Amino acid sequence: MINIEIDGKHIETENGSTVIEAAHKAGIAIPHFCYHKKLSIAANCRMCLVQVEKAPKPLPACATPVTEGMKVFTHSDQAVKAQKGVMEFLLINHPLDCPICDQGGECMLQDMSVGYGGGHSRYQEEKRMVLSKDIGPLVSAEEMSRCINCTRCVRFGQEIGGKMELGQAFRTEHAEIMSFVSGTVDSELSGNMIDLCPVGALTSKPFRYKARSWELSRRRSISAHDSLGSNLAVHTKNNQVLRVLPIDNEDINECWLSDKDRFAYEGLNTADRLTKPMIKQDGKWQEVEWQVALEYAANGLRHIANGAGAEQLGALATGGSTLEEMYLLQKLMRGMGSNNVDFRLRQSDFSADGKQQGAPWLGFSVADISRADRLLIVGSFLRKDHPVLAARIRQAVKKGLQVSLIHSADDDQQMNIAHKTIVAPDALVNTLSQVAQAVAAKQTEGIAGSLSSGERVAVLLGNFAQQHPQAAQIQTLAQQIATATHGKFGFLGEAANSVGGYIAQAIPGAKGLNAASMMASPRKAYVLLNVEAELDCANPQQAMAALQSADTVIVLSAYKNKALDYADVLLPVTPFTETSGTFISTEGRVQSFKGAVKPLGEARPAWKVLRVLGNLLKVDGFDFDTSEAVRDEALKGVDVSTKLNNAITGVEVKVEASAAGLQRVSDVPIYMTDAVVRRSAPLQATADAATPQVWMHSEELNNIGVKSGMNVKVSQGSGSVKLACRADDKLPKGVVRIAAGHSATAALGAMFGTITVERA
Amino acid sequence: MLSQQVTTLIDKELKKYPADQRQSAVMAALRFVQDEKGVITPEDMSDVAAYLGMQQMAVYEVATFYHMYNLKPMGKHTLTVCTNLSCTLCGSGDTVSYLEKKLGIKMGEVTADGKFGLREGECMGACIDAPLLTLNNKKMCGKLTTAKIDKILADLEGGKA
Repeated sequence: MINIEIDGKHIETENGSTVIEAAHKAGIAIPHFCYHKKLSIAANCRMCLVQVEKAPKPLPACATPVTEGMKVFTHSDQAVKAQKGVMEFLLINHPLDCPICDQGGECMLQDMSVGYGGGHSRYQEEKRMVLSKDIGPLVSAEEMSRCINCTRCVRFGQEIGGKMELGQAFRTEHAEIMSFVSGTVDSELSGNMIDLCPVGALTSKPFRYKARSWELSRRRSISAHDSLGSNLAVHTKNNQVLRVLPIDNEDINECWLSDKDRFAYEGLNTADRLTKPMIKQDGKWQEVEWQVALEYAANGLRHIANGAGAEQLGALATGGSTLEEMYLLQKLMRGMGSNNVDFRLRQSDFSADGKQQGAPWLGFSVADISRADRLLIVGSFLRKDHPVLAARIRQAVKKGLQVSLIHSADDDQQMNIAHKTIVAPDALVNTLSQVAQAVAAKQTEGIAGSLSSGERVAVLLGNFAQQHPQAAQIQTLAQQIATATHGKFGFLGEAANSVGGYIAQAIPGAKGLNAASMMASPRKAYVLLNVEAELDCANPQQAMAALQSADTVIVLSAYKNKALDYADVLLPVTPFTETSGTFISTEGRVQSFKGAVKPLGEARPAWKVLRVLGNLLKVDGFDFDTSEAVRDEALKGVDVSTKLNNAITGVEVKVEASAAGLQRVSDVPIYMTDAVVRRSAPLQATADAATPQVWMHSEELNNIGVKSGMNVKVSQGSGSVKLACRADDKLPKGVVRIAAGHSATAALGAMFGTITVERA
Repeated sequence: MLSQQVTTLIDKELKKYPADQRQSAVMAALRFVQDEKGVITPEDMSDVAAYLGMQQMAVYEVATFYHMYNLKPMGKHTLTVCTNLSCTLCGSGDTVSYLEKKLGIKMGEVTADGKFGLREGECMGACIDAPLLTLNNKKMCGKLTTAKIDKILADLEGGKA
């Protein structure tokens, strides 16, 4: 620690920190544009010039390291003169279009020109003009003349996003921010550039000209689209969500937000929103009053329970449902005598049930990732499944973290991967068990060597590993490796409430049927909560068949979706912005939120709908007034942290010979993960949301006599689809990669297993 | 794709720098490409980026920053005339108008047959010989007069350069 003095105030600060950091810590504001706490120092805007005693001229506070006894003056005549000079230069070329600029009201340049700018400009000449750019559907670069060339967006791409998609081309007064050959910015974190841009050069395309920042009400909320639990602010006007911004939380999302969380709101109020209860009578859908619909639903359930037996009832929820919703859903089912309730819709191996000691979770805190020195990631499309977490890992890699990857596809993670093994899905267990043996044998090479040499080792199982048909064996092997390396292991939760579902007991337990068995041996009645079965289930073919053959399907949904084909009652429930609720993030953090806007039309929060259903069905203990009361009951006497446990016993690892034929590798594309995201038009216009293609090794394409780009017919189970094929020589041979969760591939079967591809 | 000659040259250049700092060779690599093709296209920049393990945009930044990289074809022989202060005082304005008249093109243009390209340049650090021009960024010709320019052009036409 060293002592310095800023504006006469004595400050103790860390050696090696900069003047601006010391000042900010002490609550002294220094004007700046290019400096950002999370980015490298560029010192190119010169706005933070301050006077330093004994220095002959003003120094940039962002790039000046503190020294013992340093005296800094941020508001002395010399400093202010320098700052005003810089401001005058910055404003020379800046257009005076604040009245029509989206940044107006939240613009750093506007704010600071009030403090440091002149009342009028001495500059009489023509201002420079920079042409607009089209860099994709999310970030607007329409008015690049506003750019002050601070290069925050460029540094964000290089340092946080992992790919330098924007750069500063040309030089001097011709310098401009642009993408390579007019390409789009495809980063899954690109929206953060909007936040970083201190002026109105990069703005949000979907939010453009929708509202002024001072007209918006802000409501704290929690990310509903991935398991990190990012803190966010929902901005609303006239009972409409107009944008979503991150809220700083160093332990979770830092100051970032994924594009998925940021732009999903565009899918909230789409034309297919379900706003009135509907029932199907004589094959026709009719809008009815809530009372009618609820009684119809209750009668349907009661009829099956009394007639065919309660075990003929099944309930499914998505992992993005709130704790309260899942708790009431399972309470309703159990109250009627059925244990058939599950939220793990894309999981195919449930053999860990009863053998694992608690709710599977990350295994440590998110912040611990930044402190780990060795990481093994198994079966994860990391960057697309967990964008913000991947950014945190990327930062840790730069500080020395070694990441190894075992997976069935080799996507660019835009970070240094120390070791990787890419194998077909049915070889995953074998590969992992070899690593486990190598670790036990203290091998010094490859993945095992990397893990053995670490002090803080972690093994993480991604979505792919959790959806794998041998998930329990993978978990057992991960445990072995973690134990042998004195490390930890855990799961990268798939959905916002992947941990919450376990805590809410929305799992079948020993007596009930899990999500897969409920489809494999169809029930007579189903209750679906937020589920779009053809997209959310591990095996859409089987799921649709089961639902279509059921006597009664009661759907609680925010949208009129495919359920119109198989449901009997549609009950309009609200997405997370219109209800209060709780998510338990993958690190076990319990975060509750309030509704940001009122429910649309006659839609109601699902917990209220389930409460009334419970009352109508005369199930005990359904007298809740608030969602908080539901949460308190769900968490009563439960210390969530003691429920989190990844330990597993009694699973035998069987290394099997690989199956004949081509094997399917499925990812759920980043913008197809849940109902809201699927409907967000700007997200659906991105490169990540392009129609799925059939990816195979070029030799496999040769084997079936097709060339990359040609259409192929893909068949699995009873269905087949025609899609374009593409060569990806980084895929293992014998593998076909086809996205799941997409309407173009919903006719296919399970996410894993054999599949045939032939010339179309 | 980068040609064999270019990659050989880049490999030689890379030996000058630490193994983990391959991007240090980017300026040389772009120069080799330009020497071979006369122009650096975005595809070339991508290839250079891939070869040096750099981001494409970072190569683009370098290629657009420096004036001597040709981002569009500048003819078989590129004449770069200095128009900075010393040369202007010594009559580079006349040099430019004589060249423009003789070649029938303006600054920044290429003759229809693709033989000559004319370009404005910055100080070449040899003001004692002003007015100056360079040939393909390689050969400097100073103390220009109309006669000297005629000779330079005739030599180039005749294949002697």
